[in-house]
Amino acid sequence: MCFDAPCTHACPTHIDIPKFIKKISTGNLLGSARTILESNLLGATCARVCPVQELCEGACVLGSEHKPIAIGRLQRHAMDYLKGKKIAIFHPANSTGKKVAVVGAGPAGLSCAGELAKLGHSVTLYEKRELGGGLSTYGIIVLREPIEVALTEVAMIQRLGVRIEIGKEIGIDPTLADLQENFHAVFISIGLGHTRALKIPGEEYVQDGLEYIERSKLKPSQLHVGRNVVVIGAGNTAIDCATIARRLGAERVTMIYRRTENEMTAYPHEYDFVKREGVTFWFLVQPTRVHHENGEVKALECVRMTLGDPDSSGRPFPKPVPGATMLLPADQIVKAIGQNKTSLVSTLNLKTEAGFIHINSDFETSSPGIFAGGDCIRARGSASTVMAVQDGKLAARSIHQRLVNHG
Amino acid sequence: MADLSINFSGIRSPNPFWLASAPPTNSGAQIHRAFENGWGGAVWKTIGAPVLNVSNRYGAWRYGNEKMLAINNVELISDRPIEVNLREISEVKRAWPDRAVVVSAMVESKPVAWHDVIRRIQDTGADGIELNYGCPHGMSERGMGSAVGQVPEYCEQITRWVMEVAKIPVIVKLTPNISDIVMPARAAVAAGANALSLINTVNSIIGVDLETLEITPSIGGRGGHGGYAGPAVKPIALNMLAALGRDSIVRGSGLPISGMGGISTWRDAAEFLLLGASSLQICTAVMHYGFRVVEDLCDGLSNWMDEKGFATIPQVVGRSLHHVTDFKDFDLSFKAIARIDQDKCIRCDLCYVACNDSAHQCIDLFDKHGIASPPTAYDQSSNGKVEAISTRPTVVVREEDCVGCRLCFNVCPVENCIHMLPVPSGRPSVTWEELTQKQPEVAEDWKQMERYRQKMGIRIH
Repeated sequence: MCFDAPCTHACPTHIDIPKFIKKISTGNLLGSARTILESNLLGATCARVCPVQELCEGACVLGSEHKPIAIGRLQRHAMDYLKGKKIAIFHPANSTGKKVAVVGAGPAGLSCAGELAKLGHSVTLYEKRELGGGLSTYGIIVLREPIEVALTEVAMIQRLGVRIEIGKEIGIDPTLADLQENFHAVFISIGLGHTRALKIPGEEYVQDGLEYIERSKLKPSQLHVGRNVVVIGAGNTAIDCATIARRLGAERVTMIYRRTENEMTAYPHEYDFVKREGVTFWFLVQPTRVHHENGEVKALECVRMTLGDPDSSGRPFPKPVPGATMLLPADQIVKAIGQNKTSLVSTLNLKTEAGFIHINSDFETSSPGIFAGGDCIRARGSASTVMAVQDGKLAARSIHQRLVNHG
Repeated sequence: MADLSINFSGIRSPNPFWLASAPPTNSGAQIHRAFENGWGGAVWKTIGAPVLNVSNRYGAWRYGNEKMLAINNVELISDRPIEVNLREISEVKRAWPDRAVVVSAMVESKPVAWHDVIRRIQDTGADGIELNYGCPHGMSERGMGSAVGQVPEYCEQITRWVMEVAKIPVIVKLTPNISDIVMPARAAVAAGANALSLINTVNSIIGVDLETLEITPSIGGRGGHGGYAGPAVKPIALNMLAALGRDSIVRGSGLPISGMGGISTWRDAAEFLLLGASSLQICTAVMHYGFRVVEDLCDGLSNWMDEKGFATIPQVVGRSLHHVTDFKDFDLSFKAIARIDQDKCIRCDLCYVACNDSAHQCIDLFDKHGIASPPTAYDQSSNGKVEAISTRPTVVVREEDCVGCRLCFNVCPVENCIHMLPVPSGRPSVTWEELTQKQPEVAEDWKQMERYRQKMGIRIH
């Protein structure tokens, strides 16, 4: 049990990991869960979806000679103790009389709203979709996180006194101006937009990866899975799509990527995982056309690529090899090549940075009193749930400072 | 190959490992199997007065991953009819002439009862008798077991009764539930016993159930003290063994000692031999893992003896006793300091917190620029494995302030990472005894002590 452990440093929310593990070992599961939640209100989701190999477990002092401590699984064990128990872990402080609007009920928004409610602020959370939880609810495959886990977290935030307004999209109702008028501060955590376009003929026959995942979670009976599925992309979402297809009966699942395994954005452990699921990879191929007949996908036409000089991301830029085309038979094609920045950002009239909302070190946007966090600000570094949770937490502290100090 | 055979006060066995008088030696069938597994001898579970047992008689202390760091029992002596036991003893002895078959006995404190049981045991052909003066529970309430062992006069009296009729070697088994183990041992010597054995179980309560608030284990809602044994008691046993080895009367008597109390591995066994035991008894390790443990006990001990150049068990017995002394004979000029092997260090910082909170505040954390930095000095916005590992501070002993307490060495999870390095203190060798004979004032007056310290350059940190 390390002192001042590196896993705690590596965790973006700096959960006191030795402390919560010690509490598990003494049988104090309530205290263990509380320790986790004190640093991370979405500890149950993070226990399931965090890339622990890159964070806490990757930093474990036992990692070099032995296997690291299974921190993620231990955290899940502690958090599962609370399942179905409705224990009030936190109680809101006395009311400060301050009102804060939070836009978007994903991990950043829930974290920020919960932390502010703990401090005694009156928080209203606006969510355009039917359910709170953001990508935890809609975008994480059931294999990793059942939907109940995310919804339980939403309920916990509500029990702290946060009001959630469902079906409210910022810019339409309410507008940012409405929020500025009616609240002492605003926190924007609207995530990202739709999956990028491939811009190839027949794209209308290609399924959106995030929608594919969402249907598998919320309406599994309506999810059609092909027998011969091609997934375009090699990030973590693409791997999730391939996993769903494989586990729901596809005979063959092929992931295609225009660069090589050295450049793919999926975590190494996810790549290992999906290979064991029986998914095959084609590297250095780029889709050029969807072949279809009578509304049914028949094949994906691709061109062979070769790696050129590094591009702005620092990775070698792939170039087509003239004339090297091939036809990949498929009856279903799913794309997961990253999300666009949400178009909302431009309508909010806030300063941006490469399409992301620009913030200062206090998570405040160019407009005073309006703060932001989560994927919509993540211009640098990899976007993840735990980073969004930390954004929400730190932004809540800044907002609290501002509201308390400025009367 | 080392010769593991022993001749313990006339009781011979092919190796020094005997099953202690306990549940594993409850029946002839068990001891047959034990001998088939290679045990050198067995001390039959105590026979004597009629008894009845209860359920939930064993409790265990779980600690960390260790399921039975110690076992606690309220089981009494054999509850099988004495005739059955005596018949099986003679059968086992006939079948295994080369093994040591010793019979433990405990009866009411009357000469006739003891005379009778000793004669009946001798009729079986057994090799020796062990007098159970140790059980701390149940039997002691009836005036037997530790009720005898705790009173040296009773020990002596009963041993005399036994020796009046004994024709085979008699071992007196001592209880550790006493303030000075030497006293009952001397009583046994005075009464003419042939050998000693120790330790019997330590009085203990294993715990309280936090659900029911009852004692663990619960015997129908009740519980109480029992006899504690297993790895956790080994240091207590070693100390008592050494105490006998250092007592002039006990040592002078030349009585051999059968050592027991937490022996689980050949390493433990070697330590008992080195501190003066010449036969070894084992129970808890067998109760946990079965009779098969004897194989590595013999193999490991034999290999170690070969490596060390010991040809026979008697060459090992007592070899470490001369290193045992009282505090007053320790060399006050001896100095050691802790040194951390930075290549082996995994940066868990356990030594840092131990030294800082509980010892002498002489381990520092340094960042990669060599600047002393407090714990959790990292920027709260930094994260990820690369960042965490690359900025991890180094732990360094401030050697001029290290008193050599050895706490860091003990908490370090990495083998051979922290060394206690002997360093010259620059002071002449002197013991507390020698110092206070020459300068008694340093033991009586703090000012004199400080003067002495200054003169000798002894810094207290």
